[in-house]
Amino acid sequence: MTLLRTILAELWGLFVDDGLLALGLVLWVALAAILLPILGLEWVGGPALFLGAALVFAASVLRRS
Amino acid sequence: MGLGTIDWARAAAPMLAAFLASLVEFVEALTIVLAVGTVAGWAPALGGAAAGLALLAALVVLLGPALASVPVAPLQLAIGLLLLLFGARWLRKAVLRSAGRLALHDETAAFAAETAALRQAIGRAVAWTTAFKAVVIEGVEVIFIVLAIGTAGRMLVPATAGALLALALVLVAGILLHRPLARVPENALKFTVGLLAASFGLFWIGEGLGFAWPGGDLAIPALALCWAVLALALIRTLRRGAAA
Repeated sequence: MTLLRTILAELWGLFVDDGLLALGLVLWVALAAILLPILGLEWVGGPALFLGAALVFAASVLRRS
Repeated sequence: MGLGTIDWARAAAPMLAAFLASLVEFVEALTIVLAVGTVAGWAPALGGAAAGLALLAALVVLLGPALASVPVAPLQLAIGLLLLLFGARWLRKAVLRSAGRLALHDETAAFAAETAALRQAIGRAVAWTTAFKAVVIEGVEVIFIVLAIGTAGRMLVPATAGALLALALVLVAGILLHRPLARVPENALKFTVGLLAASFGLFWIGEGLGFAWPGGDLAIPALALCWAVLALALIRTLRRGAAA
């Protein structure tokens, strides 16, 4: 049971270190998935995904400064 | 997908990502197995490690076919999101370490701490369990990385080959050196894997949502380049901030 708990904790730690970074990325993907099709912007969907994710990432890194 | 049908030019990036990510995890497992072997003898260390590898092999046999039966678009979306979280986490850590905001991981210190802890609680069962746990915990991470990188793009064979190559390399180094691989540039590896995983992740999320990527598959190296430029700019900004 302890081993299972340790493995689950390690797996969680594989994705989540800064909680706000993880939450920000998930929210951005959800927002893009909903809004871009409504606005008819799927044709720039890929680059838009990157720009949002890059902003969330930069904010997370700079928060440490 | 058989070996003969693989487009190895396309397979190079997932293979490299799986190789580098697995290398980091295997080095961490090796440090603990070596600590166990040094303090408590090689029989429990190798026995625990072998049992851990057997459990991991059983997990792969169970998980592999199950993932193959999931429809592609939701699989790409889910795995893409996990890869993006994983990649962004490693890249953030590498950026903060390069900028001096986080301490570098030290395998020599980890080895010393593990041997000290084992000397306190020495015993065959403790030694066996420690080696077993290290291999299982780090190995589960490797399995996730290989499945995540390999499954969404139907590149499981190259990703597995990359991980096995990393395992072989670490095993040979471990046998030859008998001490932790302290000179592995872990931060550079995490930086590269972070770039690649975040790029694959975003690409699969876009594919899963039906969004367009300029240049198709070529968007992956372009994304990696964009992440690299951003990460290097952030390192510079943080260093300037520290110097001011």
